[in-house]
Amino acid sequence: MNELSGLLLVIVSAIFVNNVVFARFLGICPYLGVSRKLDTALGMGFAVTFVMTIATAIGYVLHYGILVPFKIEFMQTIMFILVIASLVQLVEIVLKKVSKSLYNSLGIFLPLITTNCAILGVALIAIQEDYSFVTSVVFAFFSAMGFILAILLFAGIREKLEEADVPKPFKNVPIGFISAAILSLAFMGFSGLVK
Amino acid sequence: MNEALNIFTRGFVRENPVTKMLLGLCPVLAVTTTAINGLGMGLATTFVLLGSNVVIALASKAIPSTVRIPSFILVIATFVTIVDLLIQAFSPELNQSLGIFIPLIVVNCMILGRAEAFASRNGLWYSIIDAIGMGLGFTFALLLLSIFREVLGAGTIFNIPLVGEDASTILVFALPPGAFAGLGLIIAGLNSLEKKMGDKK
Repeated sequence: MNELSGLLLVIVSAIFVNNVVFARFLGICPYLGVSRKLDTALGMGFAVTFVMTIATAIGYVLHYGILVPFKIEFMQTIMFILVIASLVQLVEIVLKKVSKSLYNSLGIFLPLITTNCAILGVALIAIQEDYSFVTSVVFAFFSAMGFILAILLFAGIREKLEEADVPKPFKNVPIGFISAAILSLAFMGFSGLVK
Repeated sequence: MNEALNIFTRGFVRENPVTKMLLGLCPVLAVTTTAINGLGMGLATTFVLLGSNVVIALASKAIPSTVRIPSFILVIATFVTIVDLLIQAFSPELNQSLGIFIPLIVVNCMILGRAEAFASRNGLWYSIIDAIGMGLGFTFALLLLSIFREVLGAGTIFNIPLVGEDASTILVFALPPGAFAGLGLIIAGLNSLEKKMGDKK
């Protein structure tokens, strides 16, 4: 029971309180880059969920299976980024063989994911927080859900902004940041939920 | 010489990685709560950029183009590990406040972007200038935003108090929303400034 409520806390915290985009500032580039349209935003979101969950699981195993026993924790950064880069490549190859339609919808986002700092960031945070294996995977999956939530909300706002009459210097990017600030302010309302 | 100056100023102003290209925004938003953090992050990133540009400019002919990107990432990750260990050794406080964003320099798309777009296609000398220009441009943007946030959010600058002890500050600028709003305002400000300058010409 205790473990279950612990997991629930991790889930709520990952989606709302410590949302990857609004509270941790991870994955800002894809957040701004692909959130122009709802469907591309969703595609990117699913690709991120996929890679983030697997990368965190593999990263966890490698960290406690290789880095810690051999006392080479300083290799963490190099090892994790290699895992992510090769994982992305692997996912791309597998998807191409297994499901053409899924590949067509996610394919273009996969190369971008290697430099999505949310993936590496979440994998590193899971290690830093001393999560167990199950908690790490749950944390990664629901962080990705938080990312999808953020990117979808923002895509919706942006589609409206296209038609809005924005002061000239604020056109495009600056007004995007201002809207993100207001969204982030709204998300701060969740901060009392989890201690 | 003119060419070198051109490359240098390009990174600093016209193609500023943060305000113009919107690259490497995560650390920009995350660590700019105080000017010292901003400066530390900017210099750490500049160091990594310089190191990776130098190595890649020298080695680009030896790297087969199919494994180009993984090799670049490996070079960058090596320099990030060096910076990480150096900061841990010499400035535990900075290490504490930058936290996870030091290892995350690896995925700063600005660095990979310069490796791919510039260092792998140009000589050593120009690559060094490009790294310094881009790095300082990045640091400059970080410093601008972090001073803006520190002054409004905490009422201090480089930890030196500007207002009295009991004066109230605009706390929201020290929190995440202030980072987004601050950067939005700064980019809008630079846009209108640039337009004014353009009109004069």
